[in-house]
Amino acid sequence: MNGSNEMTLSFSARSENEAFARIAVAAFVSQLDPTLEELNDLKTAVSEAVTNAIIHGYESDASCKVTIEAKIEGDSVSISISDNGRGIEDLELARQPLYTSKPELERSGMGFTIMENFMDRFEVTSMVDGGTRVAMLKRIESKKALYN
Amino acid sequence: MSLQAELEQYRNVLIVRLRGELDHHTADVVRYKMEEAILRGSSEHVILSLKELQFMDSSGLGVILGRYKQVKSKGGKMVVCDVNPNVHRLFEMSGLFKILTIHDNERNAISSLEVVS
Repeated sequence: MNGSNEMTLSFSARSENEAFARIAVAAFVSQLDPTLEELNDLKTAVSEAVTNAIIHGYESDASCKVTIEAKIEGDSVSISISDNGRGIEDLELARQPLYTSKPELERSGMGFTIMENFMDRFEVTSMVDGGTRVAMLKRIESKKALYN
Repeated sequence: MSLQAELEQYRNVLIVRLRGELDHHTADVVRYKMEEAILRGSSEHVILSLKELQFMDSSGLGVILGRYKQVKSKGGKMVVCDVNPNVHRLFEMSGLFKILTIHDNERNAISSLEVVS
């Protein structure tokens, strides 16, 4: 593939858009012929990041917007998911497996751990009252396997 | 995209069949349906039957953990069956198999609980 291929998606911070977001990203990435497992990894990671933006970033204020930018370069896809919400005070703590700031909502505290495990690269930046941005990358290996 | 939760009472076991996608948006329905059935019903144990659950993320883990605690506090057991590879990976990563036993199908899950009770 020559050059890069990009898309941007912006939508209301409503929980019904979580499924829309992961399906839209999966449809965009499908041009790389991912395996079902790779596709599921991507969908799960997107679902985690979008859910975090809605619940934690915006505290479910549906008038706010979540933005997804995705870019295909060669055999990789980079995805960034950002909000302009309240931000994360202690990033290190937030990234601990099983830590949640909202135990009363039955959150498992596994969101960041899942994103880190399901993607090849993962980075989160956040500013209190400035918002949070998750940047992730995944290599799609399946195309190569076809030629082996 | 949605989720259907089918609840069936079999002797002292509540069988919960989840179909579709379990995320933050659909977790509430599962939570309320199961919570009520566990609190008000006569079932001791719970089987989560996940054959037709196509997608799950950490919000699903949260609702499952919540019900596990609820069942355990009443002295019951919770087991899972028919777990597809994607959901299996998520359970494995989060350490859920340390507290939930996994079975191939509902029949095996039921007989494992009958030995228990």
